[in-house]
Amino acid sequence: MLDSTKIESLGDALYDALRSGRPTQKISALEPESDIEDAYRIQLRMLERRLEAGDEVVGKKIGLTSRAIQDALGVYQPDFGQVTKRMLFEDGATIDLSKLMQPRLEGELAFRLKEDLIGPGVTVTDVIRATDYVTPCFEIVDTRYQDWQIKIQDTVADNASCGVFVLGEAKADPRDLDLSLAGMVIEKNGEVVATGAGAAVQGSPVMAVAWLANTLGRLGIPLKAGEIILSGAQAPLLAVTDGDHFTCEIAGIGACEMRFAGRAMV
Amino acid sequence: MSLDQPKTVDEEAIIRMAERVETAQRYAVPIRKLTEDYPDLTIADAYRVQTALRRNLEKKGERVIGWKAGLTSKPKMAQMGVSTPGVGFLTDAMERPANSKITVSDMIHPRVEAEIAFVTNKELSGKVTREDVLAATDYVQPALEVIDSRFTGFKFDLESVLADNSSSARYVPGGRMIRPDALDLRTVGVVLEHNGEIAQIGAGAEVLGHPAEAIAMLVGVLDDMGEVLPAGSFVMAGAITAAVAVKPGDSITARFYEMGSITVTFTE
Repeated sequence: MLDSTKIESLGDALYDALRSGRPTQKISALEPESDIEDAYRIQLRMLERRLEAGDEVVGKKIGLTSRAIQDALGVYQPDFGQVTKRMLFEDGATIDLSKLMQPRLEGELAFRLKEDLIGPGVTVTDVIRATDYVTPCFEIVDTRYQDWQIKIQDTVADNASCGVFVLGEAKADPRDLDLSLAGMVIEKNGEVVATGAGAAVQGSPVMAVAWLANTLGRLGIPLKAGEIILSGAQAPLLAVTDGDHFTCEIAGIGACEMRFAGRAMV
Repeated sequence: MSLDQPKTVDEEAIIRMAERVETAQRYAVPIRKLTEDYPDLTIADAYRVQTALRRNLEKKGERVIGWKAGLTSKPKMAQMGVSTPGVGFLTDAMERPANSKITVSDMIHPRVEAEIAFVTNKELSGKVTREDVLAATDYVQPALEVIDSRFTGFKFDLESVLADNSSSARYVPGGRMIRPDALDLRTVGVVLEHNGEIAQIGAGAEVLGHPAEAIAMLVGVLDDMGEVLPAGSFVMAGAITAAVAVKPGDSITARFYEMGSITVTFTE
């Protein structure tokens, strides 16, 4: 357990890296004894700095949901981060790579809530009832460290490696489709580059959202009506570069699209 | 895949290779790659071997009921250095019903893939488009393909695998039949479960962007071989998921978006 001075300075270092584009040192290297709980306290400090600068929380993201990523980190549960207004881009947006460090692209299903979800004890039925709609979404993950060779406490402290996200305009009621078997197709410049399905996320994205509500509930944090929940990657991570155009289509819902311009900072 | 390459082996060698493959299939005994003995074997030669194998099986009473496309994913094509799928024929003797027990002792090292199958109601011939294929399709349905390379260690080159009927072994039609215009086949999600655990996940677009694209290319390869795809054919478009190795006692379930599921078990 790290003391609050250390937590603060590690959170500040991550915030400074985010602002300057200059990588900071990994928590796992600086504080080998740190645990996941420490990492979430560092994440909270980094978030406080964003809010002090005038940003606001609009939702959450769930990470480490796929078996491949869990195997890579040796961690068999998801993690979460908070998403803010300044991270949110609209369908069709062009993302300026010069504001990101080492971006990678993920296709996900996002949930918009119309009711609060307060865990523990939240079931998948509660998640469906509380969902206004689901929509395809891109999460552009990023890391504020030197490279992507990171450990669990590194990614958790760094807001679950969230960069920015693009929310689709196409919407569906979650009761109208099979969210586990709905296929996802990601195309880059008109060519299929990755496919997947909802089952890649903990068996179903609905289960991932229930997990999040219960995990946050134990920490005394509610999921609030109006919040957007990014439920986790359904297809492999993709590299991005200047001029790339991506679409992400999900069966029974529709597609969202985005472009990249410029060059990443690291 | 060019079939107008020069022939490097004579008819007798073709017949000998076809017999070698047929024996390996019949007795489930692996053989070495054909190219080890015929290093100059071309793709055209390989399809001559496959055709000789098909004629032999037909003479023994098997009926060709359709075809399969293989090497239909971009990574597999890059790995084999090809730009069109490989094809293999399917006979009635390879079919197994859904919910059945499939014997593995008569195969060498079976693996299972989840695919979308097309059943045609018009003849397709020559160079055709994805749209032509869809217009000639009565319905599509889920299928499992059990592949089994007859080569030691599942290690082969393109010529050897094409001669070996593209590793075709067994196939299982199942799930829900659906009209080809009733569903966007690109976004049909597929989950392959091995003994109850999710093993592989993909969507229809994994197959050349659209499964019907693979059928169109298959018809083109048949045209190069001087064949057509008759009405009523059962054609598998290629793997949506990576192949899973199976052994006696294993169970496999493939679940398809809006198209139901297929379960089979494997036994000694």
